[in-house]
Amino acid sequence: MESIQAKQGLVGPNDPIQRTQLPYVTGTSVVALKYKDGILMAADMGGSYGSTIRYKSVERIKPIGKHSLLGASGEISDFQELLRNLDELILYDNMWDDGNSLGPKELHSYLTRVMYNRRNKFDPLWNSLVLGGVKNGQKYLGMVSMIGVNFEDSHVATGFGNHLARPILRDEWHENLSYEDGVKLLEKCMRVLLYRDRSAVNKLQIAKITEEGTTISQPYALKTFWGFTAFQNPTAGAEGSW
Amino acid sequence: MTKQHPAWSPYDNNGGTCVAIAGADYCVIAADTRMSTGYSILTRDYSKICKLADKCVMASSGFQADVKALQKLLAARHLIYQHQHNKQMSCPGMAQLLSNTLYYKRFFPYYSFNVLGGLDNEGKGCVYTYDAVGSYERVGYSSQGSGSTLIMPFLDNQLKSPSPLLLPAQDAVTPLSEAEAVDLVKTCFASATERDIYTANKLEIVVLNKGGIHREYMELRKD
Repeated sequence: MESIQAKQGLVGPNDPIQRTQLPYVTGTSVVALKYKDGILMAADMGGSYGSTIRYKSVERIKPIGKHSLLGASGEISDFQELLRNLDELILYDNMWDDGNSLGPKELHSYLTRVMYNRRNKFDPLWNSLVLGGVKNGQKYLGMVSMIGVNFEDSHVATGFGNHLARPILRDEWHENLSYEDGVKLLEKCMRVLLYRDRSAVNKLQIAKITEEGTTISQPYALKTFWGFTAFQNPTAGAEGSW
Repeated sequence: MTKQHPAWSPYDNNGGTCVAIAGADYCVIAADTRMSTGYSILTRDYSKICKLADKCVMASSGFQADVKALQKLLAARHLIYQHQHNKQMSCPGMAQLLSNTLYYKRFFPYYSFNVLGGLDNEGKGCVYTYDAVGSYERVGYSSQGSGSTLIMPFLDNQLKSPSPLLLPAQDAVTPLSEAEAVDLVKTCFASATERDIYTANKLEIVVLNKGGIHREYMELRKD
């Protein structure tokens, strides 16, 4: 006879079916914007295990097919599962060998359907996805949430990025940004996130996709500034506090 | 087994308001273009209006993923209908289809609040209003969504629809002209935008009449 204590956390043979309700290893925000030649997307390389930053080299942006980039925040294992599904999708697409290839719009639609159907089964893929790409000169940037909410816009951000980066983008984004300006703008957003999001790590990749193809940068760190006078002598206003 | 965390919810409310007004030979369907989640704005330029058939347009607010799924389903069913019957589905026909589709998921509903607008088989304007599980009614005008509580009483006041219980049955469609109805809709949304945080940004107005479909936009307050 098993004690109740021993059973906690284990799945017994007569228990009701359990579904994922909690994420374990998670990635934080992804930020992306449309610029003159295509899409720019940025994400840091952190994988947090609750409040521990457990992994620091997680690639959260991947190229999909010839025309798209997929960035994900949320549960990393669910993202990896999604990549397996997409691999199969792209494989079948290539096997047609008919000169056509799945574009970002089609992939966005596919991802939306996958996320929505998992949500219908009460077993969501715990991710917020950003899908960006260029096909036949048309730029496309969209987002899908874990319950299937999806939309297209000129700039998107997941998680904390929605609160911290989007306002910056709304203010400073404009049509026909140059590549340099786009990167500067993204870096500005990522820097704010680095300062204010506790799950952010200072190691990020910026990915670019244009008609010509995809480039994902080598990981690099942003310059940060901590030399504020208030930080030099933090207890100046309240002696005796820590 | 004790539950240690609140269950994840499969629903979200992405906000927004929809309105439709039926006239003698036209129908006006309108919705704002803001999509929100909680206190955040996801995007400022998202259309809630979907053309289901030549003479039938649906506007829906609520949980956007369910709305999208519903629109896709109805569009697919309409395509099959066209293949089988070699004609467009009528608005009353689509109205019944929508109701049945919603009720089909009675025990895991589409969180979608719809108004259907179009021209009936005689060319008169018709508006059908729905709840999330498919109860529907043909009316002269309706509004659904986050701003509906603000707009509906105003429409009741302005459009003075006769009671559906009267005998002989009286026409519910408004005697207003098309231009007056469009103007009324603009007024409704300008007011709702002031007080409903989820209704804002832009107003999309679709007018259906015997000349076809016409779409226009009006800016709303963006805050």
